[in-house]
Amino acid sequence: MMNQIVQGVLLGGYYALIACGLSFMFSVMRIINLAHGSLAVLSAFALWLLASRFHISPFLGLLVVLPLMAAIGWALQHFLLERSARGGALLPILTTFGLAIVIDNLLFEQFGADTRSLAPFIGSLSYDSWEWPGSLYVGKLAVIIFITAVVLLGGLQLFLTRTGLGRSIRATSEDPDTAGIVGVDARRSMAIAAAIAMVTVGLAGAFLGMRATFDPYAGATQLLFAFEAAVIGGAGSLWGTLIGGIVLALAQTLGARIHPQGFLIGGHVAFLIVLFIRLYTSGLGLRGLLRLSTRKAS
Amino acid sequence: MNTASLVIERGTPASRSAGIGVLTIILLLAIAPQFLSAGAVDRMTALFIYVILAAMWNALAGFGGLVSVGQQVFFGLGAYFAIRLANAGLNPFVSLFVSAVIVGAVSWPISLFMLRLRNGEFAIGMWVIAALTHLLVNLDRLIQGETGTSLISLNVYDASTRRLTIYWLALASMTALLAILFSLLRGSTGAAIRAIRDNEDAAASVGVRVTGTKRQLFVLAAFGIGVAGALWLATAITFQPKTYFNVQWTAYMIFMVLVGGIGTFEGAILGALLFFLIETWFGGTGVWYLIGLGAAALAFSLLLPRGLWGTLEERFGWRLLSVGYRVRLPASAADPTGEAISPAPTAAHSEKA
Repeated sequence: MMNQIVQGVLLGGYYALIACGLSFMFSVMRIINLAHGSLAVLSAFALWLLASRFHISPFLGLLVVLPLMAAIGWALQHFLLERSARGGALLPILTTFGLAIVIDNLLFEQFGADTRSLAPFIGSLSYDSWEWPGSLYVGKLAVIIFITAVVLLGGLQLFLTRTGLGRSIRATSEDPDTAGIVGVDARRSMAIAAAIAMVTVGLAGAFLGMRATFDPYAGATQLLFAFEAAVIGGAGSLWGTLIGGIVLALAQTLGARIHPQGFLIGGHVAFLIVLFIRLYTSGLGLRGLLRLSTRKAS
Repeated sequence: MNTASLVIERGTPASRSAGIGVLTIILLLAIAPQFLSAGAVDRMTALFIYVILAAMWNALAGFGGLVSVGQQVFFGLGAYFAIRLANAGLNPFVSLFVSAVIVGAVSWPISLFMLRLRNGEFAIGMWVIAALTHLLVNLDRLIQGETGTSLISLNVYDASTRRLTIYWLALASMTALLAILFSLLRGSTGAAIRAIRDNEDAAASVGVRVTGTKRQLFVLAAFGIGVAGALWLATAITFQPKTYFNVQWTAYMIFMVLVGGIGTFEGAILGALLFFLIETWFGGTGVWYLIGLGAAALAFSLLLPRGLWGTLEERFGWRLLSVGYRVRLPASAADPTGEAISPAPTAAHSEKA
């Protein structure tokens, strides 16, 4: 039991990792990127390609893939999202959904239906574990993922509160027009925010590939995980995302204990329960379910 | 400007002849099976189902401002309840429609909950509902998980009776659903719907019941898509949860509506027709066909967000199936096309008052 809770908490780190890009982008640009999961899978495939063709370890491969993801994020904002956001709040949903379909099917066209994993390329790390007191065995990889998530979330928080660039991104997220008046280049801040978000997505994709398997159509599930963790974590701070991820993972663990097919059901149900409570305690409509309160951070 | 000389119209000569044209087309379609091969009848049935899907998604997104990427939940449930009812001994054809009514009823409590979400949150929230429903349906022993089952009781009818009955049921459902949507949009609810589409906050501020109106559209769309799912089951016979609860159905709906023209009644039908032709010609190319659909949806949302019909309508002042109001200036000021001022909330409200 204790063992499962520990595993659940560690898995929550992965969910927080994939969720933080989604909620970061939402809080800055007010856009939910439906291609989020597909882009994570794209990153996993890129690392897989580097590893299987050129024998580059996935960790080294990140040096290539993460800058690439940043460029994709910048281009995404510059060529797609900025344009479609001008057409109202609904259009970006359709644009990013179209993008997700294109990415998924291009991956399928290129790599076929086989499920892949990065596990064979990271040596013993994929199965090594530490023994903790109380005869708990925790996977080294799971711990690494969790620590990465904590460092990333903390780093993002520091970046947003302590640096000029972070402050201009926060200003843009509050009100792009007013930010413009006081000399913040809103377009630039948004493009940078998108690039940062995609770096976190790339990292999440790497860990997705290392800890499990993926196939070209795995993006949709990852998107749902990210969304659920972000919503459960709610409008607190980036740390809320970590709590959201952990709650999601624990609910899935609990679901799997109740019924063999209950893993995913548990997560979805937990999401709906949190949503329900949130809706009926806030009383207000949910204008900013996902919004990170950047104010609190300052 | 002398407001007294403004003429408020509900249609144009073109839209009146289009009305007659629509009736003629429906009558022709009703007798068409006499002249069509079995394969062609099946394809036409698929077309009718696509028109239903497009019109229903358009009702929700184009008119209600609710973009959902989880509408496959109602498609799957339509098929699932039909299986369940037929298994309980109900006539398979009757169960198709009882099933859709149940889907409509199920969508009501869902709407209480989901309609409080906004934009992207609603979109993915519906996707979560679809994923969860898919998993729960898999738990049903009758369905046998992803293996699925079939609508066996339909086998008591011979193949040609079955084909023709489904064809006529699909045609009748499509006509009825389009008629319901049309009258809803043309009536006083329609004024509210268009006011919400144009600006939700402004509509609320002048007393439009935003949530109630949206709920109507949500339930109608769920019912319609439930009909479509049940009809699809009738043509395909087999029920595999994975195929019915696939997000691809929503992708098709989005493609049809975006290309045809979101928020226009005719656009959804045009989009379904185009989708049908594209599928007929390129459906065999497999994955490239899907890439093309996604890319087209992407391109239309960026470059031509009003879709084909919306763009044509704007440029030429076309109205075939007119649901709105036109304010025509007296002859001196009017240009030859009659300069349509597209359904303005103000016009709608003077009507409502």
